[in-house]
Amino acid sequence: MTLSRRTLLTATAGFTGLAAPAISRAQTAAIRIGEINSYTAVPSFTLPYRNGWTLAVEQINASGGVLGRKLEVLSRDDAGKPQDAIRLAGELIGDQKVDLLAGSYLSNVGLAISDFALQNKTLFVGGEPLTDALVWQKGHRYCYRLRASTYMQARMLIDDAAKFGAKRWVTVSPNYEYGQSLVKWFKILLAQRQPGVEFVAELWPALGNIDAGATVAALEQAKPDAIFNGTFGPDLTKFVRAGNTRGLFEGRKVVSVLTGEPEYLEPLGDEAPAGWLVTGYPVDSVTDAANLGFIAAYKARFNELPKLGSVVGHAMIAGIAAGIAKTGSVETEAMADGFGGAKFATPFGPVTWRALDHQATFGAFIGRTALKNGRGTMVDWRYIDGADALPSDEEVKKLRPA
Amino acid sequence: MSFFLTQTLTGLASASSLFLVAAGLTVIFGVTRVVNFAHGSLCMLGAFIGWSILTRLPRDPAWFALGVLATAAATALIGAALEIGLLRRIYRAPELFQLLATFGVVLVLADATLWLWGPNDLPLPRPPWLRQFVMIAGSRFPLFDLVLIAIGPLVLGGLLLVFHRTRWGVLVRAATQDRDMVAALGVDQRLLFTSVFALGAGLAGLGGVLALPAGSANLQIDLAVITEAFVIVVVGGLGSIGGAYLAAVLIGVLQAFGVVVLPGATLVLVFVVMAVVLVVRPYGLLGRDRGQSRTDAEAVILQRPAGPWQITAAGIGLALFLAAPLLVGPFGMAIATEMLVAMLFAASLHVMMGPGGMPSFGHAAWFGIGAYGAALLAQNLATPMPLALAGAPILAGLAAFAVGAFIVRLSGVYLAMLTLAFAQIVWAVAVQFVGLTGGDNGVLGVWPADPRGFYYVALALCVGGVLVLRRIMFSPFGFALRAGRDAPARAAASGIDMTAHRLAAFTLSGAAAGLAGAIFTYSKGSAFPTYISVSHSVDALIMVLLGGIGSLAGPIIGAIAYTGLFDLLLASDFWRARLGAVIIALVLFFPAGLAGWAERRR
Repeated sequence: MTLSRRTLLTATAGFTGLAAPAISRAQTAAIRIGEINSYTAVPSFTLPYRNGWTLAVEQINASGGVLGRKLEVLSRDDAGKPQDAIRLAGELIGDQKVDLLAGSYLSNVGLAISDFALQNKTLFVGGEPLTDALVWQKGHRYCYRLRASTYMQARMLIDDAAKFGAKRWVTVSPNYEYGQSLVKWFKILLAQRQPGVEFVAELWPALGNIDAGATVAALEQAKPDAIFNGTFGPDLTKFVRAGNTRGLFEGRKVVSVLTGEPEYLEPLGDEAPAGWLVTGYPVDSVTDAANLGFIAAYKARFNELPKLGSVVGHAMIAGIAAGIAKTGSVETEAMADGFGGAKFATPFGPVTWRALDHQATFGAFIGRTALKNGRGTMVDWRYIDGADALPSDEEVKKLRPA
Repeated sequence: MSFFLTQTLTGLASASSLFLVAAGLTVIFGVTRVVNFAHGSLCMLGAFIGWSILTRLPRDPAWFALGVLATAAATALIGAALEIGLLRRIYRAPELFQLLATFGVVLVLADATLWLWGPNDLPLPRPPWLRQFVMIAGSRFPLFDLVLIAIGPLVLGGLLLVFHRTRWGVLVRAATQDRDMVAALGVDQRLLFTSVFALGAGLAGLGGVLALPAGSANLQIDLAVITEAFVIVVVGGLGSIGGAYLAAVLIGVLQAFGVVVLPGATLVLVFVVMAVVLVVRPYGLLGRDRGQSRTDAEAVILQRPAGPWQITAAGIGLALFLAAPLLVGPFGMAIATEMLVAMLFAASLHVMMGPGGMPSFGHAAWFGIGAYGAALLAQNLATPMPLALAGAPILAGLAAFAVGAFIVRLSGVYLAMLTLAFAQIVWAVAVQFVGLTGGDNGVLGVWPADPRGFYYVALALCVGGVLVLRRIMFSPFGFALRAGRDAPARAAASGIDMTAHRLAAFTLSGAAAGLAGAIFTYSKGSAFPTYISVSHSVDALIMVLLGGIGSLAGPIIGAIAYTGLFDLLLASDFWRARLGAVIIALVLFFPAGLAGWAERRR
């Protein structure tokens, strides 16, 4: 067995009859959350996200913590590499004795931590990774996920996309799991809703290295009625600029995933397209109390508007707190069952951890992009609850390993 | 037909962007022989500095041009500072060692940029003239793309004019061919090198700022740019400016059509082109064999068996690793395992680079084939761990043998780049062959049954592997290999079949790396494309160079030092800047590597 300082202390305490104080100390000590994310690899998402969870931890601790104990987050940078994330997970579990793991942005890093959690029987709460596999094909009892998955993102857009009545579609999406999964689901779901729809071209630019001019010209060449876009970040900026100059979007319908998120809409500046159907976060026009309260608290703390990453970080901690409160303990096996069915408040409204597949019902806003005062914004938006964007329970059961 | 025309023009526009960045790299390499990894970072700085300047200027074309020139001048100054402060001090170090220094610079500049400009993408607002288009063959074509198409050849012409029609250019070309002679003639080489580096850096900045109207200044530029720039430089022929333009046009236009014809293969297309060009024309399109210009630092790499001092140190090290489970917690164990894997990985690269004389920029390919080999064997065929661990090096060795057959006749940076091309192809297969490899989600759930026991398996295999490599390097085979590296003509005259020897060393090295990969897979429970990424190949290179290429102790010490540093710093803020600063300091104070330094102190 490992002779760590903690075992040694406990053992010594036991021998000298001091076990009782040691146990009572464990009950009042902070609940430790080991948080891992790609801070240096994707700072545009992760820094607002860090602000989000920092705020949530401060708020929860100010109101007395969870089960009478404070929350403490130990945060690590995985530099975007799954192998480093696994090592850090080992450090957080083994050396720092955290009670559960959380975080991650990239799908493969999320899956790596999830697999580590399964192997080591530790709870992992994934915040951002969008891959369906995290809760379906590779899902297991120790892994929960907050964000709406690629399936859900595509599903939320389908009703409005079908209403376009467009016959000829083209798709452009980054060439990795996220992009491939989005296009796959969009094609399947749209074909179900609108028989006879045609996908006449599929372009797969390399992530972070889109050849925007050539991509736009190739899409134009296919003479589509509508475009489905999955690119984001610097690639999206290039794509939109090339498309604007070359007139690709004129007279065409565009469905674009994630584009309404402030992270990706802001860099488009005054070239933000108008009338695209997008998922996102209309941070400048929400009106309900939950959202406004969060925005006010966030602005007071960090002196800037939150991004979607901020909401994800905040909701992730809220979800963990609610799960622990419902379980009544931080024992892993108890939490793995106890999180299921736990309800928690997020800036976007009430969310539940589904017991069925451990997916949260955290939704997203869908709406149209518009240009106001030289900046992109979302209009005609509505919030879609994640619960309404998931397949039937029977289908989910078929997707999840027994 | 009209599509053909516009797509060709689009390709030419991106060719100009590619050329601007690659031109600086090729100029710097041609003269100073420095493989400048920081070139992408200079390009990124150009974008950010350009953004800061251009957003403060009036938005008409004349001011734009002025701002662009000011940006190029600013990055040129930064380049000059880099050369004077860092690179000038290590020109005498072994070839490729400067690469280590520039890698440190990449890390520092990445964090410096994040700190100065913040995490958000910074788009340059486009005034109307930058959004204009002209009608070409019935479709809209961006006016600025036409400007770019013109800028490429203009810069090319300007550079050729400078290099062929000015005294400075003549001196630079002379220094390229024979440094010692130029020095003997009383030319101040230091000034020459500084100015060349500044010119190259300025071109990188120019490339960065001219890409702004099409996108944004963002923190991903450095790594996105650098690989492509290397490809252009190598395909064109190292040091050849005309070749770089030709290669940029070839790749720019091919990519423009590639997105239509082979939309799923954009990741590999460039590297397939590079591999084909190098197999057909080993020195690139317009390059020629320049021979080794830095004979002074070469040749002294003798390899001696370990003395009592080294054996004692190795014994203490081994004892520490044996006792590790009693001394450290889970994190320490994870680091110890990573160190062991890194040791075998670095030692395998050392066989290729040191005694073999074949530097590799793509060593992660074999590591990855071993990792995926073991993972897929375990997962699809339910192979037990011992068999999977045995199968992985065989797979990697076979692959290395097949590829080595094309590669080993090359030398120096060309060989290194061909290995990079192959590694990128393997990487792309891992990412895109989703049915087999799981794509970027990787292969999961490959854990050893007994983690504690597995540590000793890893320890035995890694240390055993290193010892076997060492034994082979001190066998007649190893001596013959080194003879071929140091004196090819004499080795051939002695009847040594150099191609066979190099191929055998290449295969051996690949197999050992494959074993390291398989062990890594079991220690992480999974295999991912990141194991094959360029940055992982660079890690191996860094470890070998950091330790010192002169002896087998080098990669071992380098692996322990680099893994330890990385793992310890990763938990701190601005770890990249710290790691980069440490690497730069090590480069400055230990120009022969850590092991080389210890060697000399004896």
